[in-house]
Amino acid sequence: MSRSLTAPDSPTSVRARQRVRELFIEWALRACAFSAVAGLVLIVVFVFKEAWPILSDPEIQKEASLAGFFATPLWQPVGEVPKYGLVPLLTGTVKVVLIAMLFAVPLSVLAAVYSSEFAPPRVREVLKPAIEMLAGIPSVVMGFFALMVLASWLQSVTHSPMRLNALTAGIALGLGIIPTIFTVAEDALRAVPKSFREASLGLGASAWQTAWHVSLPAASAGVGAGVLLGLGRAVGETMIVLMASGNAAITSADPFDSVRTLSASIAAELAEVVVGSAHYSTLFFLGALLFTVTFLINVAAGAFVERLRKRLAGA
Amino acid sequence: MTLDTSQPLPVHGPRPKLPDREASDVPVPPAPTRLAAREFNLYYGTHHALKSVSLGIPSGSVTAIIGPSGCGKSTLLRSFNRMNDLIPGVRLMGQMVVSGHDVYAPGTDVVELRRRVGMVFQRPNPFPKSIFENVAFGLRMLGVNSRAELSPRVEQSLRRAALWDEVRDRLDRSALQLSGGQQQRLCIARCLAVEPEIILMDEPASALDPTATVRIEELILELKGRYTIVVVTHNMQQAARISDRTAFMLQGELVEHDDTRRVFTSPREKLTEDYITGRFG
Amino acid sequence: MSAVGLPALPSAAMPRGRRLDWSGAGFTLLSGLAAALIVLMVVVILGDVLLNGWATVTWEFLAGAPREGMTKGGIFPAIYGTLLLVVLMVVALVPFGVGAAVWLHLYARQDSWFTKSVRFAVHNLAGVPSIVFGLFGLGFFIQFIGREMDRAMGLDVVWGQPALMWASLTLALLNLPVVIVTTEESLRTVARDQREASLALGATRWQTVRHLLLPQALPGILTGAILAVARGAGEVAPILFTGAAYFLPFLPKAPTDQFMELGYHVFVLATQSPDVDATRPLLYGTVLVLLALTFLLNLTAILLRSRLRARLLGRG
Repeated sequence: MSRSLTAPDSPTSVRARQRVRELFIEWALRACAFSAVAGLVLIVVFVFKEAWPILSDPEIQKEASLAGFFATPLWQPVGEVPKYGLVPLLTGTVKVVLIAMLFAVPLSVLAAVYSSEFAPPRVREVLKPAIEMLAGIPSVVMGFFALMVLASWLQSVTHSPMRLNALTAGIALGLGIIPTIFTVAEDALRAVPKSFREASLGLGASAWQTAWHVSLPAASAGVGAGVLLGLGRAVGETMIVLMASGNAAITSADPFDSVRTLSASIAAELAEVVVGSAHYSTLFFLGALLFTVTFLINVAAGAFVERLRKRLAGA
Repeated sequence: MTLDTSQPLPVHGPRPKLPDREASDVPVPPAPTRLAAREFNLYYGTHHALKSVSLGIPSGSVTAIIGPSGCGKSTLLRSFNRMNDLIPGVRLMGQMVVSGHDVYAPGTDVVELRRRVGMVFQRPNPFPKSIFENVAFGLRMLGVNSRAELSPRVEQSLRRAALWDEVRDRLDRSALQLSGGQQQRLCIARCLAVEPEIILMDEPASALDPTATVRIEELILELKGRYTIVVVTHNMQQAARISDRTAFMLQGELVEHDDTRRVFTSPREKLTEDYITGRFG
Repeated sequence: MSAVGLPALPSAAMPRGRRLDWSGAGFTLLSGLAAALIVLMVVVILGDVLLNGWATVTWEFLAGAPREGMTKGGIFPAIYGTLLLVVLMVVALVPFGVGAAVWLHLYARQDSWFTKSVRFAVHNLAGVPSIVFGLFGLGFFIQFIGREMDRAMGLDVVWGQPALMWASLTLALLNLPVVIVTTEESLRTVARDQREASLALGATRWQTVRHLLLPQALPGILTGAILAVARGAGEVAPILFTGAAYFLPFLPKAPTDQFMELGYHVFVLATQSPDVDATRPLLYGTVLVLLALTFLLNLTAILLRSRLRARLLGRG
């Protein structure tokens, strides 16, 4: 043959050029993979960078500081004397997320159990597309629906003074995260080996007893992961709460009060803020906070998935 | 770029050492060594899969590697063309010499090595392309792209693989429509198209029915001489039928390697004899 | 009582009729109700949009520009802006996403820390809230990259402001995980022994990718791209500060222009309309168009995906 097994060939030969090209391609592909890492790192760097003055710049800290976030009970960034109290935003976020989870988790998990354990195939053929359609609804449309329809209906039922409040936003947010929780929980339930169910049924247990005592516990890691993923999405969600919560920074335990969440504050206020001001840095600080919380939730969800994988492999 | 098959390759390397025997019962291998393993060791992580294997394969011959499951015969085969590189965590020591070059030496062109040392797998694995495109694939990768240049080579390869008559009028149909035995011959044709010197076959007939198996065995006998062939097989009768030399492996070690007739009639090692007579494996 | 003093076992005869398992039936009913409730809500949402919006969606609506303070006319600029946005996004996104997936599938050493960090980044990028992407777009692309470009070119403020390209790039990063994951999934459906056969023939890794793996992975790549487009068309938070505008008298022509967009339009019309009743028809019409667009895209992606799964299963 005209080609040698050992490198290097003369530089002009076909094979040598090919080797150079292969090396170049490999590095280009590696750079593409690196872009994911770079993206995540850049997000952290640039969001935290713009928030950093809160912790470092004395000029900024005169107006907005970490201590100041908890010193005042009010969130009034636009006013004579700007006040950056985080407590109303934190309680607002917690309220909405709590309502969303209380609404979505039982519904999603029960529906997932129904779909994987009891539902006849024809029902599943309706349920699955419905969930997928729900998943395909953009959050701005969900917020729109909450604002236009859900709020009025809820008000007529609860006679709440405020149309747009934590309850409206919470239920709409719950609707938005149902597909996430349902899909992951259902996958986990369906992954439970048939032999478990058959063993239980063979012992004389009924279908629901099997579901409750056998399938759910076996799929618990997966269901837990789904719930965590839903939680992460709920905490970070912006458009639904922006449109349906009333955006009033009120600290209260009443679900019928309007609220203002962390995410909605960023969205509502960033447009009119002066770059580099204390308000600007504060909003980025809120963003960094959101990022950290959702990051931790996602890491926890990942750990659950790992546990699920190990358990299924070992089981 | 043309593949020049007219020049014989320079061959280096020592002849395999022969045991001290009387001249009458030691056949001197007439051909130079095309392929040789020298003190070759391979580890999958901590598992020592190949233990100081030394083996010489004469040019133009058919060598069978036999042994029970897990003895390392496929691992050895895959070491000849560095297919074990694809497995993470593999470590090796020793030399693997192909036509005079140590193929694990740094700077070796692995791509060219794999062209010269072809491989046929246990399960036929044609590409989801037409029969023509399957055979032409290797050639296209080498830069031969025009139908005019490809057609004669594809035909020659299919003839050499004893498949031409069966597919000549449906070259553009999908290869997946062929029977298992035809697919395997197609894979052989695909391998022949890039003009290798050595063909490695990993249990080439084990996934095929008896008729197809016979065709493959006949094909191997046709191909020898022009190509150096190494066949891994768990079927001892097959090894006895088709090979000139046989190597017996056990738990990563090369127990015996000799003329096939000798191995099957009067093996030197007791282990070999036990295996051949069916005492284990 | 038997003579030995043991209590008598209950009768071994099968009870007549089935004993009603109240808690069991209740549980089954409850879970079925949950499923039914979800389906009902989907129907209500879609029904409401359809009923209130379909009268508005006419050809003039789709092709015309808004007039009279968004009370009449059409939303063509928003449709156009959305299309431009997602096209630019796909152009930026697909090469990187597919490249990363190819590298992970064929080139990466699965146990190296770099590979693990890539997978970690992909997993976590998917969980970042969309508003944080908006902050990133502002803080990185506009304030940093854009400003540096202006400075380097001696311009005042050309690149360092909200623009179509920055919004597209932000959305591209947001959707990077989707494309990487679906492409890798799709590459995995190509049987391993084909890859081995190709390499054993003396093909290089890239040749194997380009001539064997990518052609077969194409449906999966397309699925990922379509899912990304659906998400890109629907996400509003990332574009709030990176280029979307409510009313522009002109269509965007350069990547530095701002743009109107369907989702953003819904948001502003719903929350900041001066006359809610007057703009209602336009609002519902816009929502219907947006929903129809995302549904069509998602449906196509789902069909492609099921075709991929069938191929994987067919392989056995």
